[in-house]
Amino acid sequence: MTPTLDITLAGIRMKNPVMVASGTFGYGPEYADLVDLNKLGAIVVKGISLEPWGGNKTPRMVEVSGGLINAIGLQNPGVAGFIGKYMPFLRKHDLAVIVNIWGKTLEEYAEVATRFDGVEGVHALEINISCPNVKAGGSSFGTTLESTAKVVAAVRAKTKLPIIPKLAPNVSDIGAFAKVCEDNGADAISLINSFPAMAIDIETRRPILANISGGLSGPAIHPIAVKLVYEAAKAVTIPLIALGGITSAKDAIEFMIAGASAVAVGTANFTEPLTALNVIDGLRNYLARKNISRVQELVRSIRI
Amino acid sequence: MRIENGTVVDHDAMGPDYRVLTLKLPEVAPLAKPGQFIHLRLAQLHDAVLRRPFSIYRIDGTHLSILYKTVGRGTASMQNLRLNDSASVVGPLGNGFPLNLAGSVTPILVAGGYGVAPLYFLAREMTRHGVLFIGGAKAADILLADEFRALGWDVQVATDDGSLGVKGLVTVALDAWLQASASHTQPEFFACGPNGMLKAVGDRAIRGNWKAWLSLDRHMGCGVGACLACVQKVRLSGQETLARVCKDGPIFEARDVIWED
Repeated sequence: MTPTLDITLAGIRMKNPVMVASGTFGYGPEYADLVDLNKLGAIVVKGISLEPWGGNKTPRMVEVSGGLINAIGLQNPGVAGFIGKYMPFLRKHDLAVIVNIWGKTLEEYAEVATRFDGVEGVHALEINISCPNVKAGGSSFGTTLESTAKVVAAVRAKTKLPIIPKLAPNVSDIGAFAKVCEDNGADAISLINSFPAMAIDIETRRPILANISGGLSGPAIHPIAVKLVYEAAKAVTIPLIALGGITSAKDAIEFMIAGASAVAVGTANFTEPLTALNVIDGLRNYLARKNISRVQELVRSIRI
Repeated sequence: MRIENGTVVDHDAMGPDYRVLTLKLPEVAPLAKPGQFIHLRLAQLHDAVLRRPFSIYRIDGTHLSILYKTVGRGTASMQNLRLNDSASVVGPLGNGFPLNLAGSVTPILVAGGYGVAPLYFLAREMTRHGVLFIGGAKAADILLADEFRALGWDVQVATDDGSLGVKGLVTVALDAWLQASASHTQPEFFACGPNGMLKAVGDRAIRGNWKAWLSLDRHMGCGVGACLACVQKVRLSGQETLARVCKDGPIFEARDVIWED
């Protein structure tokens, strides 16, 4: 028996539930020599704002035990730059395109969403309310229930595309944040973004990153993410997209059992660009071994 | 750009502080151009989430060599690679040095320490000979001088402690040569080394109205232009913008670079 991996998530048809996460795979062409994009379920492109944005000063990234801390600061070519430069490339490929969007104000989130509504080849919007690396916008919206509700509702009002808020991990009750997204019209939820983190050069006593702090990602955060996905799954019925330190099919399967309908590979793309493809193969082998015919049967299948 | 598992076919010391690692890479090696780099992942460093970038030092058929110094966790682990061990390689990455020289140009290579590695690959591919200026802290940091001479290049050395060549920075040797020769030659510079040296070479090229191709080194994440960790402020067609050192570089013409540090 060959198990089927295709899913429909929030109305988005994907040939498998494995995506590549925003900020770790560029806009598509960067890894195209190494990874056949047509084999991926979806790409979530790096965060797009209304106007081009330069991001933070360097150094922007440092490797630490079990992961890396980044403070890129959402550098991006803006809506028009992205659509003109990258959508023609992405449209030529057979995968779902999810655009991560962010704004410095509520109005900017709404305006970016408006600009993407009806753009051919865009399948969904992921709303970044959890980037730890920009002063305005980002996590300042995602760490209170009130502002989370406002951003989700504002984007909902401006687009017919499926919307997927991306949650911060550093909140006291992830279920409450998931619920407020669901109540305000989210079609799915991505979790989790990177953890606020810091590294210091002990010789100079200076922070290693120019931004002082950044976001921790990689294998170190995976077990924490599993717990958060498990908690969020209890709070909502809309599908969850899980990310946080996936390096293998085992990590992805754990997320799905905990409650995720799909998964995204992030930092591991840097380590081993073939990770997402390996996860797809490993997932298929696992399902065959367990006599599970459809990947959906794995979702929320945890036995307590 | 390919991803390939390379087999160690040689791993030798070069003086007390440096080593040369040679991998058999039938897919990657034939594509490589001088100035490009590879991104290496070692099985024994499995908990490291970032690959390590290395300039390409030489290509011999399907064999690719890098020249390295043990400076951190990655290179310390690399020292233990033995014959027939394997390492995962993504490459070749980035853009190489321009290889076509105008008619009357004399190529001038400027190296800081083991920044000489990609310049040796360049010298082997260039049909014209010129001058290599190489600087280092001490005599043991001056690598490959005899190899360059064997290729027909003039070699000028500077060391901080004066243990080989002139005492001082490599620009001391370079300035002396420029004073004697600039009036009757048209130099074009190719440089790899610390930022201070690159900027100094670039400044001289701009003053003399010559070209300088600088190989920049920035802390990299992905190596393919996706993560935007290694950006450098540049001026392209009069417009200030951020270039990705890994993908848009690592070679930049001196006039395009906006130095901030």
